[in-house]
Amino acid sequence: MSKIVRSTSEFLIPFIFIFGLYMIMHGHLTPGGGFQGGAVFASGMALLLVAFGSHKLEKKSKAHVLSMLESTGALAFIGLAFGGIAVGFFYNFLVGSSIFGHIPPSGPNRGDMWTGGTIPLMNMAVGLKVIAGLSLIVLVMALASDKTGSQK
Amino acid sequence: MTQGIFNIPFLAVAALIGIGLYIIVFDRNLIKLVIGITVLQAGVNLFLVSLGYRQHGGVPIYTNACHSNMVLPVPQALTLTSIVIGVAITAFMLSMIMIIYRHTGHIDAKKSRKLKG
Amino acid sequence: MRRVAAGISLTIVIAFLAVTALLVHPFGHPPAQMDDYIIKNTQRETGANNAVAAVVFDYRGLDTLGEATILFTAVAGVVMLFRKREGETTR
Repeated sequence: MSKIVRSTSEFLIPFIFIFGLYMIMHGHLTPGGGFQGGAVFASGMALLLVAFGSHKLEKKSKAHVLSMLESTGALAFIGLAFGGIAVGFFYNFLVGSSIFGHIPPSGPNRGDMWTGGTIPLMNMAVGLKVIAGLSLIVLVMALASDKTGSQK
Repeated sequence: MTQGIFNIPFLAVAALIGIGLYIIVFDRNLIKLVIGITVLQAGVNLFLVSLGYRQHGGVPIYTNACHSNMVLPVPQALTLTSIVIGVAITAFMLSMIMIIYRHTGHIDAKKSRKLKG
Repeated sequence: MRRVAAGISLTIVIAFLAVTALLVHPFGHPPAQMDDYIIKNTQRETGANNAVAAVVFDYRGLDTLGEATILFTAVAGVVMLFRKREGETTR
């Protein structure tokens, strides 16, 4: 792409990434969550791909690393779900404990970061999974379409 | 039928699903078929969200909330599930279309029926 | 002939959808016993301010597990479709 697009996306991409990570971290307090934040982060990856080309991005982020990250996210999610198996599958066993265990006052409040039990941890696992999965889809499809375009 | 005038969102849902079904039935271009399926998904998502709307309600989040009347959270969670599934399935369908184009040379559903080699 | 039959059945389906849209509960007044329970008890039971996140990850976690499985399957399918085969002859 042209120099204007490249310098604009160089300026813009850190903010997109930070906004996606903020959405994942504050998923239990504000609108958003793992899926939405992961989609925002992956759209930043798509902007990187459009601006700098797929081959340059492939050198930075290998496909098998992304695949491994996605499997890690899925395994963390299922492991957290199995953590409360003593009461029931997907039981929130961390409420009241020392990790993310505060209970907010009922009714509207300011919002405490250290609440929610397993929900913030599950948000992070799902966010990792969605970031890796959507980036992998975009990267693989761009590489394949590059090859198709050059052959025609 | 006095409630009919308040059910305009559900009529919009019927229109969106009808447009999606029309594209799926009458069009042969595979890319346009994917667009039709996406329009149908948009209709289903709009149906779920408007099913859970409560009059003068706000978002179901307690952080700095200034209203006591909240819309229903369960349809919104199911819509979130539906959106992510839609994105994944659309990516899969588009890559299938890329493979079909690479094998047969065109993306018409009638002409690319016989898959060569 | 085929297109005429498809058009007639499509018209019937759309008319059915439009009639059904007028017969759902009035817009803005849904039946809400379960959701009222969730809105009232989400802070005490799960500790999260966001009721939608509580529903997604706690009350209806199995739905989210199925969704994660579908996402994983789609990514695996896309990567499998575009993998490099040796001796592949593209046109």
